[in-house]
Amino acid sequence: MLENKTYIHSTCVIQKNKIVLNGESIFSNEIEGFNDFAKKFYQEFEIAYPKFFKMDSLSKLAFIGAELLLKPIIDPLKENNIGLLFANKSSSLDTDVKYQESISESESYFPSPAVFVYTLPNICLGEISIKHQLKSENSFFIFDTFNSSFMENYANVLLNIKKADKVLCGWVEYFNEEYKGFFYLVSDEGEIEHTKNNIEIEFNK
Amino acid sequence: MLKKVYISNVNCITPLGFDVETNIDNITKGITGIQKHEDKSLMKDSFCASIVNENDVDEAFAKVTSEGKFTKLEKMMILALFPIVNEVEITDKTAFLLSTTKGNIEALKNKSDESIEEAHLGTLAKRIANFFGFKTKPIVVSNACVSGVLAISVAKRLIQSEMYNDAFVVAGDIVSEFVLSGFNSFQAMSNEPCRPYSKNRTGVSLGEATAAVLVTSNRENAKVVILGDGSINDANHISGPSRTGEGLVRSIESAMKEANIDSNSINYISAHGTATPFNDEMEAIAFSRIGLENTPVNSLKGYYGHTLGASGLLEVVIGIQSLLHNKLFASLGFDEMGVSKPINIIEKTENKELNCFLKTASGFGGCNTAVIFEKIK
Repeated sequence: MLENKTYIHSTCVIQKNKIVLNGESIFSNEIEGFNDFAKKFYQEFEIAYPKFFKMDSLSKLAFIGAELLLKPIIDPLKENNIGLLFANKSSSLDTDVKYQESISESESYFPSPAVFVYTLPNICLGEISIKHQLKSENSFFIFDTFNSSFMENYANVLLNIKKADKVLCGWVEYFNEEYKGFFYLVSDEGEIEHTKNNIEIEFNK
Repeated sequence: MLKKVYISNVNCITPLGFDVETNIDNITKGITGIQKHEDKSLMKDSFCASIVNENDVDEAFAKVTSEGKFTKLEKMMILALFPIVNEVEITDKTAFLLSTTKGNIEALKNKSDESIEEAHLGTLAKRIANFFGFKTKPIVVSNACVSGVLAISVAKRLIQSEMYNDAFVVAGDIVSEFVLSGFNSFQAMSNEPCRPYSKNRTGVSLGEATAAVLVTSNRENAKVVILGDGSINDANHISGPSRTGEGLVRSIESAMKEANIDSNSINYISAHGTATPFNDEMEAIAFSRIGLENTPVNSLKGYYGHTLGASGLLEVVIGIQSLLHNKLFASLGFDEMGVSKPINIIEKTENKELNCFLKTASGFGGCNTAVIFEKIK
């Protein structure tokens, strides 16, 4: 298969109440709990997207990473063929557990459609697609640990067979207040070569 | 020139049979797996669903192995893969893909760390992988209701990238209290077997099944070649399809462009057809936008219900049989046209020379997938 060189154009890491964008810490605070952390981010960065508050934690995590990496490169007046390639370990289990609680006790039986819809991990891709109007390739995978060789390979496939012009990759692990978001944009321009090794270096930074 | 990728073997485990032949016999006779169930452990009131008899699963599984402890879903996945895994030698270039939406979600009924571990999709995948001795890391595709057909598309792309030579793909989901209550909370459940595209439809019937295929670059024994695929988001709504069918239209166009064919080459569409008004209407609009309004189309949900992460793969397995037998299967449950853009619903099972079919699926999160298959002559 003919391959063009691809690059890691930009990166974002969200963990332990801290956001690092392209190697630079841009936001952190000591607040308890991811949702309050996310709310503070929303306020400080003037996101102005009220739907954000309806999202579950997994979608909020994915949304923030996508916001930071896509905003600088998206032209809202044009079609942006940016594929979304996301993965995690715990799928939507954080919300699954909450939903299960809502149907476990017969006295408090109250299955809510607004919660149920978030019991699928790819909903966060829908949220990103809507926000940035990305009518593009999107897929969600589950791995025990971050699978750099799969991510590298599949992002390259999408670019090489011209299904996408750029690919936003994301590892969005969230369960029980433990989380890590790692995002990077793969493109034909950039300074870091898009290799398994470099992806791992960025992931572990 | 990209490598050609084929499907060379298929199997499925459903209420209509534990092999493809029995399933096809029952579909040909117009038999549905959807029945009324009274099971308080699943739902307070009676409900309609297509459920595999657990005793039948245990009996079949006992012939495979007596060792280990497996859930119903795991047994059904192993049974689906078992007869086809012998087809090729498992190497470190053999991928294993597993498609599911909720896996062993029923484990969450017990509140403990073990049950959380059990509910992880990676745990399920590892158990199936270990059973067969796959050498590569399992790849779990969990992309709502397009997962099953998306898994084929992913397998094809990974083989084209030369990361693997072949891939076993298994898909499965079961009818659980979790999913029943969720669909019920959307008021999307039908109280009779579902009627896709019908004016008289009353909603979705859920179902359970597993299906398995071997995707390979080896033309020997190939049944179909995968001509093209696309999976494009609507960017419109997280729990409802785009009213214009935009994501589905683009997915089909992406698949047709790659296949280098136009809509006239497609002889049959195996559509999603969940029997919700929004889904059915959206599909009809999308098909007519692409000039597929006269192409024979069915939904197999009338036979199997909506089997979620299994549905796309199961419907590909049956669609391949349509090509091989030159047979269009009736879209069970259809009577009067219930979509605003007329489409060519297959009303009676009939023989017809078939060469090429399109499989589509759409799901929560605004996802869509389209894959085109051509018969090997």
